Amino acid sequence: MDIVVCVKTNPDLQMVRIKNREAVTEAVPYKIGDLEKNALQAAVDLRAAAGGKVTALCLAESNRKAAEDIKVALAMGADEAVVIDDPALAAPDQAAIAAVLAAAVKKIGACDLLLFGEGSSDNYTGQVGARVAELLGLPQIGYARKVEAADGAVRCERSMDDMIETLEAPLPAAVTVVSEINEPTIPGLMQIMKAKSKPLQVWALADLGLGAPAPVREIVSNLAEEQDRKNILFEGTVAEQADAFVNALIKEGVLGR
Amino acid sequence: MAALLVYSERVDTACELVAGGKELAAALGLGVSAVALGPGAGAAASALAAAGADSVYVSEDAAFEGWPADAVAAGLAQIVEQAGASVVLVGSTRRGKETAPRLAQKLGAGCVSDVSSLVVEDGDLVAGRYAFGGATVAREKLVTAVKVFAVMPKTFDAEGASAGAGTVVSPALSVSTAVKVVDHRAKEGDHVNLDAAPLIVGVGRGFNAREDLALGDELAAALGAVVGCTKSLADFEWLGEDRIIGLSGAKTAPDLYLSVGVSGQIQHTVGVSAAKLIAAVNKDKEAPIFALADYGIVGDLYEVLPALTERLKSV
Ligand SMILES: Cc1cc2nc3c(=O)[nH]c(=O)nc-3n(C[C@H](O)[C@H](O)[C@H](O)COP(=O)(O)OP(=O)(O)OC[C@H]3O[C@@H](n4cnc5c(N)ncnc54)[C@H](O)[C@@H]3O)c2cc1C
Repeated sequence: MDIVVCVKTNPDLQMVRIKNREAVTEAVPYKIGDLEKNALQAAVDLRAAAGGKVTALCLAESNRKAAEDIKVALAMGADEAVVIDDPALAAPDQAAIAAVLAAAVKKIGACDLLLFGEGSSDNYTGQVGARVAELLGLPQIGYARKVEAADGAVRCERSMDDMIETLEAPLPAAVTVVSEINEPTIPGLMQIMKAKSKPLQVWALADLGLGAPAPVREIVSNLAEEQDRKNILFEGTVAEQADAFVNALIKEGVLGR
Repeated sequence: MAALLVYSERVDTACELVAGGKELAAALGLGVSAVALGPGAGAAASALAAAGADSVYVSEDAAFEGWPADAVAAGLAQIVEQAGASVVLVGSTRRGKETAPRLAQKLGAGCVSDVSSLVVEDGDLVAGRYAFGGATVAREKLVTAVKVFAVMPKTFDAEGASAGAGTVVSPALSVSTAVKVVDHRAKEGDHVNLDAAPLIVGVGRGFNAREDLALGDELAAALGAVVGCTKSLADFEWLGEDRIIGLSGAKTAPDLYLSVGVSGQIQHTVGVSAAKLIAAVNKDKEAPIFALADYGIVGDLYEVLPALTERLKSV
């Protein structure tokens, strides 16, 4: 079974600072998102059961080091990687991302199962999996927390707002996964070394026969909300701190109403 | 009249969107139509009319059973066409969130998901949603002919809505799904509503074992608070998903949010940024939660919680 995993690299959110209400991303390193790692691990586990090939597909966006960062996916067990890097795709919207990924999946060719994280760690729009599924005419299953494939079908368990469901779709299909699905393994030195010799291709838009995408949205602003907190840390023994805290709550009018 | 079209598989969410959508539609010179899909969906028509829908498109086609994304997106696309809709509001539940982008893709439309505010500015809809894990709010406009917004439940209020004509329309649709429901069961566990809770104790991975959450329960009982949690604890299935606070859970606004053993990652804290007071118990003085807290106790929760519960009992 040949699997393509769509993997996004995100700015490391722990290192994004807010300055004058704006997120400062310059000099912040990128890394593969946690949910994408879950998707990669799911692909590697499925391959262990059914054989086949796992390809990691990454749209670089504004990450100039995507072709380097994607090697983590190869170290995690992907057999090959494809990075789409093009100056016209520095800040794509979800429609553009989906168009590019769908074209790349077609160019990669063999794909029985297409995996995504349910959303990216940074913007978490959850749009790309569904859009790519529509573009490729594939059935989609979102939020999988268990995935199995057999007899030309994929079977997933998922947890919805009020229900646990088991769904089945014929292959090829698109599936998005949630964090509960597995605990991604951290690659060891051997895997990291081996990853260096695995095939990695970098394509531009022209390689996909596409032109620059027409934007579907405009970002009016993107600012942090104002937060003003007291930042009081209590001191003393545990009992003294508990006492001071409860007294503060009483003074604030939160207790004893 | 061109329309703003509203759909959610949840009737309460659909009613909120109809009520909120009605004001937006008025500002845009549109009517409001609602859509109810699936076996038995017709029963929702009167509630949608009461919330303000001018018309209600009802299809009880069996393909909509369980609301599979491919069939619902196809059905909605056909209704958008028939109703001449230029704006579609979909409830951003998990089902809605996987359906809205598929619909948008069919329509060549832009889509904003997890919308937490939607207003008309200079004749254009502007949607707010969290970005950078919740650190910022991105305000986005769509520039396509049809615009799709997946709007978070509770963004609007159906209370006090003025009723619409609610003319029921039965559209002829051609829909099918490739996805089969093999099994489904209702989620077990108690249901809590964190949205309305005035006091919340939030528990995180600082607890070493599921049994230890009893310490948090005792603290919550002494405070008269409801227990919420980080996503990690729901992932462990220590607590139900309706207790998750944050980007993928409840956005709360209590008088007090007291976190215990919670690091304060942005995806969590976005769910409490509207709290009047934030307090934290964490053994790591450098934990990011303290930067967001009004009051902090640096210490081991296994020592702090019993002391705190004891002290609260004497209030
Ligand atoms: C797309 C996306 C969406 C997400 N949505 C959400 C969401 O909606 N809600 C959410 O909560 N998370 C969400 N997350 C996960 C989030 O990023 C964090 O991983 C999560 O909130 C961390 O949970 P935690 O604070 O319980 O655990 P940790 O980050 O592991 O923190 C545990 C804390 O406990 C402290 N501690 C340990 N032992 C003790 C002790 N004995 N006494 C006192 N303190 C102790 C530690 O110092 C640490 O600060 C999301 C992530 C992604 C990628």
